Amino acid sequence: MRRAYFRNNWFAALVVAPQLLIIFVFFYWPTSQALYWAFTFEQPWGGGNEWAGFENFRNLLTDDRYWHSIRVSIVYAAGATVLSMSAALILAVFADRQLRGYRAYRIGAIWPYAVAAPAVGLAFRFIFNPSAGVMSYVNEAFPGFWDPILNGDHALIMVMIAGAWKQVAYNFIFFLAGLQAIPRSLIEAGAMDGASILRRMRDIQLPLLAPTFFFVLVININDSFTDSFGIVDTMTAGGPARATNLMVYKIYVDGFRGLDYSGAAAQSIILMLLVIALTVVQFRYIERRVHYT
Amino acid sequence: MKSTYISAFAVAAVLGGAAQAQDKIQFEYWYGLGGYLGDVVQSTCDRFNESQDTYEITCVGQEGYANAVQNTIAAFRADEHPTLVQAYDAGTADLMMSGEFYSVTKMMDDFDIEIDWDDYFPGIANYYAASTGELFAMPFNSSTPMMYYNIDDLEAAGFDAPPATWEAFEQLLVALEEAQPEKCNYAYAPSTWIDLEQLSMAHNIPVATKNNGYDGLDAEYVYNTTQHVTHMENIKRWHDEGLLELRTSQGGLNARDSFAQNECSLYFGSIAGHQTVHNTASDDMNWDVEMLPIYEGFERHNTVVGGAALWVLSGKTENEYRGAAEYLKFLATPESSIYWSTNTGYIPVNDTAYQAMLEQDFWAEEPYAGREKAIESLTYTEPTELTGGIRLGGFIQARSEWVNEVQAALGGDKTMQEALDTAVERSNAVLRRFERTYRGKELP
Repeated sequence: MRRAYFRNNWFAALVVAPQLLIIFVFFYWPTSQALYWAFTFEQPWGGGNEWAGFENFRNLLTDDRYWHSIRVSIVYAAGATVLSMSAALILAVFADRQLRGYRAYRIGAIWPYAVAAPAVGLAFRFIFNPSAGVMSYVNEAFPGFWDPILNGDHALIMVMIAGAWKQVAYNFIFFLAGLQAIPRSLIEAGAMDGASILRRMRDIQLPLLAPTFFFVLVININDSFTDSFGIVDTMTAGGPARATNLMVYKIYVDGFRGLDYSGAAAQSIILMLLVIALTVVQFRYIERRVHYT
Repeated sequence: MKSTYISAFAVAAVLGGAAQAQDKIQFEYWYGLGGYLGDVVQSTCDRFNESQDTYEITCVGQEGYANAVQNTIAAFRADEHPTLVQAYDAGTADLMMSGEFYSVTKMMDDFDIEIDWDDYFPGIANYYAASTGELFAMPFNSSTPMMYYNIDDLEAAGFDAPPATWEAFEQLLVALEEAQPEKCNYAYAPSTWIDLEQLSMAHNIPVATKNNGYDGLDAEYVYNTTQHVTHMENIKRWHDEGLLELRTSQGGLNARDSFAQNECSLYFGSIAGHQTVHNTASDDMNWDVEMLPIYEGFERHNTVVGGAALWVLSGKTENEYRGAAEYLKFLATPESSIYWSTNTGYIPVNDTAYQAMLEQDFWAEEPYAGREKAIESLTYTEPTELTGGIRLGGFIQARSEWVNEVQAALGGDKTMQEALDTAVERSNAVLRRFERTYRGKELP
């Protein structure tokens, strides 16, 4: 195979320099700072910091509350991902079948992605409000059925639904594009052979959608670990009794509210490693089962 | 080379011209109060700028106390920080340990501005003073918690006066429940500031050893062994018996609005909310405020300040400091104090302003009537070693530990004693971490 390449390496370096600079300034530099802080006792206002070795990490890993936060994050990531991906898949399949009004419906399903997380949080806070929102009617009929103010499970479910809802639109775009890239002839051939809609979906569309499915899965899991902050902050503030204290929210609270910069930096490093590890695992073990052609 | 010089001169000339055109010494002030209260802060800045021609203050709202501190720290690290920052009560220990401030006492001294520091209410001044008594920050918006009660509801329950003891308070809750089973009696939201800090002050019991942290960084929380436990067990019991209702923003209406919209008969909150309750409540709602009840067998003591103080940060020019000093002097005048108290529920911070307002009969009529009770509460006794304030590092985290554990207890996961024991244990870990971060340093 012939490849095109630059003869002049200096010119190549010049061309990629702006991109490298941006990555360095906005990614490697802050990461290295966080790494440095994680191994020191950083005073918030500056003014000296002492080498801490692994003490910050030791403190975290021996803290049952930190493990609790990790568990909550994993439950949230799993719940939000399953919810948003299955909802998006169902919507995409319907849009792909070109039922009546599917154009308007396709545009409508993309909109929610443009809504900012805190706004989503506020809207769902109203919907799930036990005394004033939509759920208050359910509570009226079955008193005490829904209480995210004191019941941690309810609060976590509420945050999960809001997080999933926001992600549905993004997943929908990819699923729909993936479905539409499947050659019509395959589906038509199946139909001629007498395969039902569900059968065609199971045997033709879903297997061919696997690469998209895998991509969306990776993005969703990473997103729910790192981008859930806005929703938690507006809906529950991590409560009640830390039931929704996701790792990324705990970093914010410890670092910015509590001014424990080193502890928060150590948590960021752990979160980063966790996300990297999850992505590696997904690529190594799940991707093997995905066929791209 | 020559052309570089020329253009450098040209730039300098332009900049010089611009400075002359503005002709005023500029300095910045970042404040945390938001919403309506933030607008009032902004108006004090406008008033200052109109009152003289030498200085120009630029006031920037940061929407929240915590944001103001966070943003200031970020700016400080980039050497872009303001001269003045409004920092909240709970962040006092962190700021003191940083050392990156210019003590207001020293600053006023350096610029020959006379301020009678003894004039400040001790319940307020102690919170921001060094162990030597030197005031580091200028007390600004100051409040203390009050019991808000609905007069008509109390009368319907057979109470002519608000309860002075918690024992009577419980009887009132029971009577209210009988008199008006449909209505919520007591709008409650867990608040360390009221349930723990101010309640401990009013009863002269410790929150932590070492005089609540004033005498050293090695203090430890002890509130799981005091009357505070009894109080929180009462709260849980009242919650379980349906005598009080949890009202938080996450659940829709917060406690203050539940009271103001006449859904609940009682609530405890800062006097700073007095104006807001007035603005929200309908005119025919008959309500007033009173000092916190006290448990029988305890003697009432002073409560302490909540709110924020103005800190002057290090690393600015002499001119900027002069401007800041003038602004603080402006704020300390009785006129400014009256303007501030009229437009917010906050109380005056010094005796001169208080006396001036007394002479005007400021508190004689609506909507200000009742706010003098906050001053009574703050000055009820001379501060003792246990009622001077709280100086504990990482206090925001400790507050959050308390709230989370109390939520767990109210949710029925554990008993209140277990919850408070855990909160104390975990908050002590925060203190040890703070002590470790500042190893070798001492509180000033």
